[in-house]
Amino acid sequence: MSTQSDDGRELTFGAAIREALAEELRRDPTVFIIGEDVAEAGTPFKVLQGLVDEFGPERIIDSPISEAGITGIGVGAAMTGMRPVVDIMFGDFVPLTMEQMVNQAAKVHYMSGGKLRVPMVLRTTLGATRRSAAQHSQSLHALLSHIPGLKVAVPSTPYDAKGLLKTAIRDNNPVAFFEDKMMYQLKGPVPEDEYTIPFGVADIKRQGRDITIVATSSMVHVALGAAERLESAGISAEVIDPRTTSPLDRNTLIESAIKTSRAIVVDEGYERYGVTAEIASVIADGAFYYLDAPVKRMGAMDVPVPFSPALEDLTVPTVDTVAETAKSLCGRT
Amino acid sequence: MTEMAEDRAARQGKGLKLDVEPYLHMYQQMARIRAFEEKVNELYTGAQMPGLAHLYIGEEAIAVGVCEALAPQDYITSTHRGHGHCLAKGASVDRMLAELLGKEAGYCRGKGGSMHIADIESGNLGANAIVGGSAGIATGAAFSAKRLGDGRIAVCFFGEGALGQGLMYEVMNMASLWSLPVIYVCENNHFNEYTHFSESTAGEITARPKAFGIHTETVDGQDVRAVYETMARLVERVRSGGGPVFLLCDTYRYRGHHVGDIDRSYYRSKEEEQEWMTNRDPLKILSGWLVDQGLADQKIFDQIAAEAKEEIETGAEFAINAPYPDISEVDQHVYAE
Repeated sequence: MSTQSDDGRELTFGAAIREALAEELRRDPTVFIIGEDVAEAGTPFKVLQGLVDEFGPERIIDSPISEAGITGIGVGAAMTGMRPVVDIMFGDFVPLTMEQMVNQAAKVHYMSGGKLRVPMVLRTTLGATRRSAAQHSQSLHALLSHIPGLKVAVPSTPYDAKGLLKTAIRDNNPVAFFEDKMMYQLKGPVPEDEYTIPFGVADIKRQGRDITIVATSSMVHVALGAAERLESAGISAEVIDPRTTSPLDRNTLIESAIKTSRAIVVDEGYERYGVTAEIASVIADGAFYYLDAPVKRMGAMDVPVPFSPALEDLTVPTVDTVAETAKSLCGRT
Repeated sequence: MTEMAEDRAARQGKGLKLDVEPYLHMYQQMARIRAFEEKVNELYTGAQMPGLAHLYIGEEAIAVGVCEALAPQDYITSTHRGHGHCLAKGASVDRMLAELLGKEAGYCRGKGGSMHIADIESGNLGANAIVGGSAGIATGAAFSAKRLGDGRIAVCFFGEGALGQGLMYEVMNMASLWSLPVIYVCENNHFNEYTHFSESTAGEITARPKAFGIHTETVDGQDVRAVYETMARLVERVRSGGGPVFLLCDTYRYRGHHVGDIDRSYYRSKEEEQEWMTNRDPLKILSGWLVDQGLADQKIFDQIAAEAKEEIETGAEFAINAPYPDISEVDQHVYAE
């Protein structure tokens, strides 16, 4: 489990994000937030509500609806002494920022021979089942995880969200930070004391012996639900959250698969060429001689996310489908 | 004291009304850029330079006129056709050529090359191989300057081809809204690669920045004195909080889009090229004016050209003999510490 000091305080995922931002805004005057409706509106998810009251419109900046432009300004500001947090309301709008993220932010440090750097955070969302249809429901973190020079965080709990976001803001590289919008109301322990969580360190969310379920973001909760169900079927599942897809904690994933000899990777991005493919490959390569079954991948169905609830729910992994897949892998159909 | 300097001192001693020194310096900077680009052409066609080379020959007055009006700490962002901007802002010939040849002594340890030279010491935030790609960076640098109150301004160099990119308009809108200290310098060399800009650009170019309420001026990009004088005024305006400005410079790319673009007959005539090279050349325009004013004679321009050539040859020798980066460099600097 997480190495957290539990003082009994609980926060929602959204409040943990807000607290991380507020603490870093207080700590470092070069930190600022720029995005659409981030100030008085506090974003449509109300995650940033109240920040403008404390830090003012000079640091919590409402921008035009110009994702590429604010990302580009973020890159330039980061190169010249600021630490921008660029707010991209929906992950589906990340493609609008891709030139600036992929060709500029990710490459400036390398192309300049290490002289320039881009300490910037791009905060955005992922996750389906909000009945928001194909352009407000995607989980596109794999696109950015693909790019050398970028780091990508996909927190699953309020505790991780706060600690990882503070690390992201202090990192000297461009970091894409993906929050599942379905988790903003999720409550969990977040101690009062200051802490950060390093990137590239997976967290074992549940210990187990028979099968490893690697899961990201809200899929961690799906995996934990499946693990409970599996326990009643006599299967002990270990749930591992990589917490960052780039850098990726390969060792923890491989060690767990070596221990359990079976692995499923669950992620809400499209399955094809996705995060599940990368992680499954890492496990297959690193634990090959210890595996009793092929590594199984469970991503979002390779279709645009449909609007109709009757259809949308079919497209993402659920407790049912993960538990059934795990049973099947363990030979308990 | 060099012969040239003695000559200058002698001239100034005669009590001339105009100080010739700044003009000779501008001429020298343009001559250095031209000699540099001629050398790049030679290295490239001689198979000594890998990759791509986009020459700035013909456009020298813009880089020089603009950068002479800037302070050393001011920022610039540049383009794929950026050698002139780098030199004009203060980069050294030897380290630039080393970068062009992929050598460790280059400004980016050989990892950037011709289209990505960045020299933070001279305020150069980098050339950019995405057309219009640095508009965000320049505007962001201006944002930092305003927030940090350090008095800097940022210049975004871009060609008229970048007017086709949406990013330009997103950041100009914000620069105007937030009164950022940035100067958008559009180098209209008439060609979006191999296509005349009239085929790609609707309406008036200057109407576009004006639509955002950005102060806009137009200047003859072949006349370095005009570029400099206009810029000096605009820099003062921007630095004193007047908000962003847009400067449209009319110019001409003497050579192809890149060194290998030899047959250009399908997009422009030899007569047109000849007209610009003969009657609109930035070096000839300045030297002609200085001679007309009785401020200089041909001898001094020949001397400047010879000095520039010598500097470039020395730099090229350094770059050619410099070692490549160690292979262990390949995965270094992907992430900052």
